[in-house]
Amino acid sequence: MRKHTMGLLAMAAASTLALSACGGGEVGAPTGEDTAAGGGDTIRIGIKYDQPGLGLQDGDSFTGFDTDVARYVAGKLGYSEDQIQFVETISANRETALQNGDVDMIFATYSITDERKELISFAGPYFVAGQDLLVASDNTDITGPEDLEGKNLCSVTGSTSAENIKTEYAEGVQLVERGGYAECATALGSGAVDAVTTDDIILAGLAATEENAGKFKVVGAPFSEERYGVGLPKDSDQCEDVNAAITEMIEDGTWEQLVAENTEGADYTPNADLNPPTPDACA
Amino acid sequence: MDDFFSGFAELFTQYDVLGAFWVNIQLTFWAALLSLFLGTVLALMRISPIASLQWAGTAYVTIFRNTPLTIILTFTYLVLFSQLGLSLSENLNTTFYWYAVLGLAVYHAAFVCEAIRSGVNTVPVGQAEAARAIGLSFLPAARMVILPQAFRGAIAPLGNTLIALLKNSTVAVAASVATETSSLMRTMIEFRPDLMVAIFLLFAVGFVILVIPIGLGTTWLSQRLAVKR
Repeated sequence: MRKHTMGLLAMAAASTLALSACGGGEVGAPTGEDTAAGGGDTIRIGIKYDQPGLGLQDGDSFTGFDTDVARYVAGKLGYSEDQIQFVETISANRETALQNGDVDMIFATYSITDERKELISFAGPYFVAGQDLLVASDNTDITGPEDLEGKNLCSVTGSTSAENIKTEYAEGVQLVERGGYAECATALGSGAVDAVTTDDIILAGLAATEENAGKFKVVGAPFSEERYGVGLPKDSDQCEDVNAAITEMIEDGTWEQLVAENTEGADYTPNADLNPPTPDACA
Repeated sequence: MDDFFSGFAELFTQYDVLGAFWVNIQLTFWAALLSLFLGTVLALMRISPIASLQWAGTAYVTIFRNTPLTIILTFTYLVLFSQLGLSLSENLNTTFYWYAVLGLAVYHAAFVCEAIRSGVNTVPVGQAEAARAIGLSFLPAARMVILPQAFRGAIAPLGNTLIALLKNSTVAVAASVATETSSLMRTMIEFRPDLMVAIFLLFAVGFVILVIPIGLGTTWLSQRLAVKR
C-alpha cells in the first residue's frame, strides 16, 4: 500500500514538472512584471493568433499584415524588434485587455465603432476593409451578395459579417455559422457551402495560405466599410504618435508593400477608393 | 445605477434574448426525451442477463461519457453534414438544430443510463428474485417490478443530468445552432462591449432562473416518490 502511494506521488510530481515545462516554453504569454501601460522596457501588443495573412502564430514567430504594421509602428515609437511582446487577444477580450492594462495596444482587425470608443481609444485607421465573398476559384455565378439567393454561406458566429448578412441579405440565403474562418474554408473546400463571407483582407489571407493556394478567390465586390484602427487604452497619449507612424508608413511605400506581401497568391487588391486611409484626428 | 438598468433594457430591445433562451429550452426538451428513452434501453442492456448486451451497453456508456460534448457536436457538423453530406432537412438551420438535439441526446443518454442503474441498485435483490419466482421473464420483470421502483430512486440523479443538459445545450453553437444563448452572447459582446457586465449578468441570471426550479422540483419529487423501505 505504502509503495503504491509513493508511486502515485512520484507520478504526480513528474507530470506536474512536465506540465510546467510546457508552460514555461509558451510564447508571448503575458507576464506579471511590467504591467504599467507604456514606459516599460517592452511593449505588449494584442494580435490574433488564428488569422492567416493578418495575425497568425507560426511556431514561435508571428506573421501577417497586422503584426507587420504593429512592428513598424512600435519601431517608430522607439521599440526594437526584441522589445515587442505579442499577446493573443480574441475578439471578446479586446476591450477588457486594454482596460486592465494586459496589453499596450491592439492590432487585430479591430473595427472602429462608436460603442467601442466609449471604452477605449483608437488611432488610425491603418486599413479600410470591406465585407466580401470567398468562392471556389472556378465559380463564376457568384459576383456579389445579390447572387446569394438560395446559396449556402458561411461566417463566424457573432461576427459583424454574420449580423450584416442576417439583417441585409437574409432572405434566400442560408447562413452557416461556425467558430472560426478556417472551418468555413474547410466547408467551402468540401462544397458544403457555396461562399464564405467576412472582410476582404481576411478572406485574401485565407485564400493565400499554403493549403488553400489556388483553390479559392475573393469576389472583389466589397459591400461594407470596416475601418481597422489601433486599439489604445482610453485617452491614451500615444494616439498622435501612432497616427504619425501610420501616415509615415503609408507615405514611404511600406504600407503597399506589406499588403502585397501578406496577400501574395490570393489575387487581391484592396478597395482603392478607401485605401490607403488617412488616420482620423485624435479626440 | 440608472445607466445600468437602462443597459439591460437596451439589450432586451436590441436583441431577442428570450427567443435565445427559448431555443435552449426546446433543445433541452427534445434531447431530454430522446436521452431518457435511449438511456433506459441502455440501462436495461446493462442489467440484462445477456453478456453481449451488457458489453455493448458498457461500451456505449464508456465511449460517450468520456468524449467531450463539444467534440460530439462538432462531429455532427464536420463529419455528418460537411463530409458525408447527410442533411435532415432542406433548411440548413433545421438540420443543425436536429443534429444538436441528436448530439446532446447520445451524450446525455450515457449519464441517464448510469442514473437509472443507480436507481436499480436501490431495489432490493429480493424484488427481482420474487419476480422470477412468480414466472416473469427478464423484460416483464424489469417493466413491472424493477424499473418502476428504480425510477423513483433515480429522480435526484436524473434531475442533475437534466440540469447539466440544460446548461450543456449552449454547446449547440459547436453544431452551428446560431440562435441559442451562447451565440447571442458572442454577438452582443461583439457589438455592445460597453455593456459587457450587463450582458454577463443577463445570461448568468437567466440560467439561474431556469435551473433552480428544476433542482427544487426534482428534490421534492424524489422525496415524495421515494419507495419507503
